[in-house]
Amino acid sequence: MTEPIVQVSPGWAVLAPLGLLLFALAGAGLNGALVARSVGRPLRSGARAPIAEVARLLRQRRQVTIAADVLLWRIGAGGLVVVATLKILVIPLGPWTLADLDVGVVWFNTMDVMIWALFWLVGWGANSAHALVGGYRFLSLAVSYELPLMFALITPAVAARSLRVGDVVAAQQDLWFVIWMPVAFLIFCGSVIAFSSWGPFATAVGSDIAGGLLTDVSGVDRLLILTGRYAVLTAGAAFAVPLFLGGGAGPLLPDWLWMIVKTALVLAAFVAIRYRVPTIRPDRFAEVAWIIVLPAALLQVLVVAIIVMGS
Amino acid sequence: MLIVVSFWVLAVVSVASGIAVFVVDSMARATYALAVSFIAVGIMLVMVGLEYIGIITILMMVMEMAIMAVYMVMFMGMNPALMPMDMTHGKRWSAVLAVGTFVLLAAGALLIPWPARVGAPAVDLTASLGEAIMGPKMLAMLTISPVLFATIIAGLVIVNPRGRYDRWGDDLKRRPPNDPMRGGLGQ
Repeated sequence: MTEPIVQVSPGWAVLAPLGLLLFALAGAGLNGALVARSVGRPLRSGARAPIAEVARLLRQRRQVTIAADVLLWRIGAGGLVVVATLKILVIPLGPWTLADLDVGVVWFNTMDVMIWALFWLVGWGANSAHALVGGYRFLSLAVSYELPLMFALITPAVAARSLRVGDVVAAQQDLWFVIWMPVAFLIFCGSVIAFSSWGPFATAVGSDIAGGLLTDVSGVDRLLILTGRYAVLTAGAAFAVPLFLGGGAGPLLPDWLWMIVKTALVLAAFVAIRYRVPTIRPDRFAEVAWIIVLPAALLQVLVVAIIVMGS
Repeated sequence: MLIVVSFWVLAVVSVASGIAVFVVDSMARATYALAVSFIAVGIMLVMVGLEYIGIITILMMVMEMAIMAVYMVMFMGMNPALMPMDMTHGKRWSAVLAVGTFVLLAAGALLIPWPARVGAPAVDLTASLGEAIMGPKMLAMLTISPVLFATIIAGLVIVNPRGRYDRWGDDLKRRPPNDPMRGGLGQ
C-alpha cells in the first residue's frame, strides 16, 4: 500500500522541529522512567523528570569559564538540534516528504558528519580540560564508526539502485531490507547510538571525566545539548525506518502513522539499551571497528550487490 | 531573484570566511572558518544543480576540518595551539602568491571566451557521474588511487614513531605487541 512520495510545500517544515522535539521529549521521558524504575522510584516521577529539568535549565544562570571561546561554544551547543532537524527533512512521513532530494541518503550522512564538528566545538569552547578530552574522545570514536556507517547507509541504496529515500522505501515493497541486510542494519543502529554519544558509546560525556563535554555547560546551552542528543537519536531512529524497515508499509494503519509507530519503537529500543550494555572505550574499539566491523559492512554490501546484479 | 541573492550571499560568505582563516587568532576558529567557507561553496554547487558533488563536498570538508583541527593542535605541541596565536607566517611571499593566484584565476575566468553550451545535461547527474568514473575515466582513477594510497602509506611510515620491531620485538614474535595503548583485539 505504499503510495508515491510527494514533496509538500516548505511551509510544513515548521512542523518538522516540533515533531522532532516531541519525540525527543518522549525519549527523555522514557529514559527518566527507566532510571526511576532502576532505583525503585515510581515510573511517573521519572517520566516527568525531563520537564522539570527543562524548567530548571531555562531558569539557571549561564556559567562562563575563563577565556572560553564563546562563539564556537554556542555554535556547538545550538547546532545539534539544527542538524537533527536538517536530517529529518529527507525522511518521508508516509506519502509526504519535505525535501525529495536525489541524494537523500548522502544528505543524512553529511548531517551526521556535522555532529563531529559540533561535539568537538562544545569540547573546545569551554576552555576546560575535561570538556576537551570529551571532544577528542568523540572524534576518536567517530573515526571508528563513520566508515562502517557509510557502507551501512550505502547498502540499501545499492539494493534500491538509488540514493533517493523515496526509491529506497519503494524498493522494499516485497521484502524489508532489514531481513536480507541485517549486518548493515545493526551497524547503522550502533552508529546512530554512537553519533548521539549515547549508551555504550557515551564516553565523551562519561562520568570518569566529570561529564566530559557537559562539564562546564549550564543553563540554556546544557538544555540545547541534552535536547540535541535526544534529537539526533530520534532522527537516526526515524531514518532507520525508510532505510531498513519498509518505511510506512504495514497493515490497517495509514502509512504516516506506521512511520511514527516504527520510529517510536526504534527510538524506545535505542533509549532502553542505555544501561544494558557496558561502556565501550573508543581507543580499544578502534581496532574492533577496523578489523571486524568494517569488513563485515563491506561483505554485506558485496552480498547485496551480487544479489541485486543477479536478480 | 531569491536564487541570485542567495548565490551572492554565499559567495560573500565563502570569501569572507576564507579571509577570516588568516585574521583570527585561534587554531580552532581558523579551521572552522575554513569549514564554513567550504560549506558555502558546497551549497553553491547544489544551487547550480550538482547536488551530489555539492553535498559530498560539505561532507568531506567538514570531516576533514574536524580531523585537521586535532592534527594542528597535536603537531603544534603542548601550549601554542591552545593559546591565541598568529595564523600567518612568511607573510610577504604568501600575500604575493595568494594575490597573484587570485588575479590569474579571476582574469582567466573573466577573459576566456567561454563556448556556448553544447547538448543538455544528463537527467540523473549522479548516475552519469558514477558511469563516467567507472567507465571512460577509469584509467585516470586507476592511476590516481595507487598514488594517493602510496602517499598515505608513505606519510604514515614517516611519522610513525614506533615500527613493527618496537611492537613485536626483534624477532617479530612477541604476542601481544608491546603498545602504549592496547587495542580491543590485542593485535
